[in-house]
Amino acid sequence: MNTIRDTLGNASDCLGRFLWGANASVALSDLLRGTSLGGRLRELAGRSVLLATQDHLTAALALIELDGIARRLVVCPPDLSSEHLPAVIAKAGVDAIVSDRDPHDQGLGVPLRVFCSLDITPGGGVPVDRHATDWVLLTSGTTGAPKLILHTFAGLTAPIKSGQHQGADVVWGTFYDIRRYGGLQIFLRAVLGRGSMVLSSADELPGDYLLRLGAHGVTHISGTPSHWRRALMSPCASTIAPRYVRLSGEIADQAILNSLRAVYPQAGIGHAYASTEAGVGFEVNDGLEGFPASMLALRGDVDMKVEDGSLRLRSARTALRYLGEENSALTDDEGFVDTGDIVELRRDRYYFLGRRTGVINVGGLKVYPEEVEAVINRHPAVRMSAVRSRRNPIMGALVVAEVVLKAEPFADLTREILQLCHESLAPHKIPTTIRVVPALDVAAAGKLTRHHA
Amino acid sequence: MSIRSTVISLLQQIAEEGKKKLPPLTDGLVLLDSGLDSLAIAVLVARLEETLGLDPFTDSDDISYPVTLGDFISLYEKAAKSREHDSGHAG
Repeated sequence: MNTIRDTLGNASDCLGRFLWGANASVALSDLLRGTSLGGRLRELAGRSVLLATQDHLTAALALIELDGIARRLVVCPPDLSSEHLPAVIAKAGVDAIVSDRDPHDQGLGVPLRVFCSLDITPGGGVPVDRHATDWVLLTSGTTGAPKLILHTFAGLTAPIKSGQHQGADVVWGTFYDIRRYGGLQIFLRAVLGRGSMVLSSADELPGDYLLRLGAHGVTHISGTPSHWRRALMSPCASTIAPRYVRLSGEIADQAILNSLRAVYPQAGIGHAYASTEAGVGFEVNDGLEGFPASMLALRGDVDMKVEDGSLRLRSARTALRYLGEENSALTDDEGFVDTGDIVELRRDRYYFLGRRTGVINVGGLKVYPEEVEAVINRHPAVRMSAVRSRRNPIMGALVVAEVVLKAEPFADLTREILQLCHESLAPHKIPTTIRVVPALDVAAAGKLTRHHA
Repeated sequence: MSIRSTVISLLQQIAEEGKKKLPPLTDGLVLLDSGLDSLAIAVLVARLEETLGLDPFTDSDDISYPVTLGDFISLYEKAAKSREHDSGHAG
C-alpha cells in the first residue's frame, strides 16, 4: 500500500515543493514534519472521516495527512448544502468530522470533531495505525441530494502515468476545486509527482487567479471548456505561458481548442474524458474535438464501447459503487459504466451530442431537469413543466423551461416563477428563459419525453 | 435599435435580474470586471441570439474571445455585417 505520504517521502525529499493558496502557502516539507490537525491524527486512525473545510488549501493539507490513516475519507465539495449533511453522514457511516469551521453542527451526532488549520504545528511523523483509505466523492443527484461514489486510492491514481508531467519543475494549476473528481486528479498528479501546485479560490476573480498562476510560473493547467473560455476573456490570460493545457468535464468544442492553440502556441493541448463514476476514460491530444473511432478497438487500461448510442467504459479507474443506494448498480454485468453521454460516429470520429437522461451540463456543473421542474411546479398557476438544455457557446449549455398553465397567463407570471427559482436553486440551475406552451410531449409510460441536447 | 444599444440594454436587464450594479459601460470595460460572471455573459449571448438572430461564437471555429465590452460589441457588429453581405449575395 502506497499512501500520499509514502510517495512524498521525507521532508528533505520535498524541499522547494509548495501548495499555494489565495492567502497562504505551505511548504510540503513543513507539512511532513508537522501537522495541520493539531497533533490529533492518531484519533482519526481507522475512522470514517468527513472532510468539510471552507478553505481550499486546508482541504489539501488534510487530504495529504489523512490518506492511509482514515478508513474512509468523505470529501465534501465546498458548495455542499448543510441540509444534506445528515444523509451523507448516515450513508457513509461517518464517525469523525475534520473542519476549519466552528462547530455549528452539534446536532449531527458525530462523536469526534477535529479542527484543521493552515498553522502547521510540530508533531507529525508519529507512528499511527495504517489503513487502505476508501475515498468517497459527491456528485449531485436527481433531487439535488448528493450521490456518494466510492473509490479506492488505487483506482483514483490508476490514470496517473509515472514519469508523465512529473518533472521537478512542474507547477500545476486547476480552475477546479480539488474536492471534485476533475480537480482531485490534478491535485494527485501534483503531490504524487515532484512538482508544486497553485490552488484556486472560490471568491477570487478569474483574472486574480491567472495573475497568481503567472507569478508562480504555472506549467500545467486544467479546467473545463467553460473555465477556459472565461480565462480567455480575461486580460490576464497572457500572464501565463503553460506547457500543458488540459480540458475536461464538458464537451470541448473546436472553437475553444483552436483559441487555446492560438493563445498558447507553445503548449500541448489535450482534452480528457472523465466522470466521477467512470473515472478518467481517455485523453485526446490531436487538437480536434471528439475522439478517433479507432480508440474503441484499442486494448489497454480502458475498454470502450458504444451501445444504444451512449459511451460505456470499463477500467480499474471506475468507482466501486454508490454508497447508501445498494440497489442502484454502477456497472452492467460486464463491468462497463454507462456514461449516459450520447456519441455520434461521423466518418472516423465520434462526437459528443449531450446526455441521454436530460442531465444538463452548465459549465461542468450537472443540472437535473427534475429538480428544476419540481420548483417551477410549486407555482399555483403551473400544471406541468419541462426543463431542457440549450446549447451555449460560453457555458456549453444553459437551462431553459417550458410550462403548461392551468389557466390563462398573466403579466407577472414568469417573474413569479423566476422568483421561486431564485429562492431555491443555485444560479446555474435557474432557467434563462421560461416559455408558456399549450402542451408537452408525454411518452406512453406517462413520463416527459427528454431529448438530448 | 442598433447592435450597440441592444447589447447594452440586455446587459442592463441581466444585471438587474441578478441584482448586480454595473459600472459605467465604456468600450474599455473588461467584461469580467463588470460584476457579471461568465454565467451572466452566457445568458447575454443566448438573449442576443434570440433578439438579433446572431451567435458569432458558434458561427465560427476561429474566434478570439472578447475581453472588453468594445471587443464584444464589435464581434456582433462584424457578424451582422457579414450576414448582410451574405444575404446581399443571395438576394
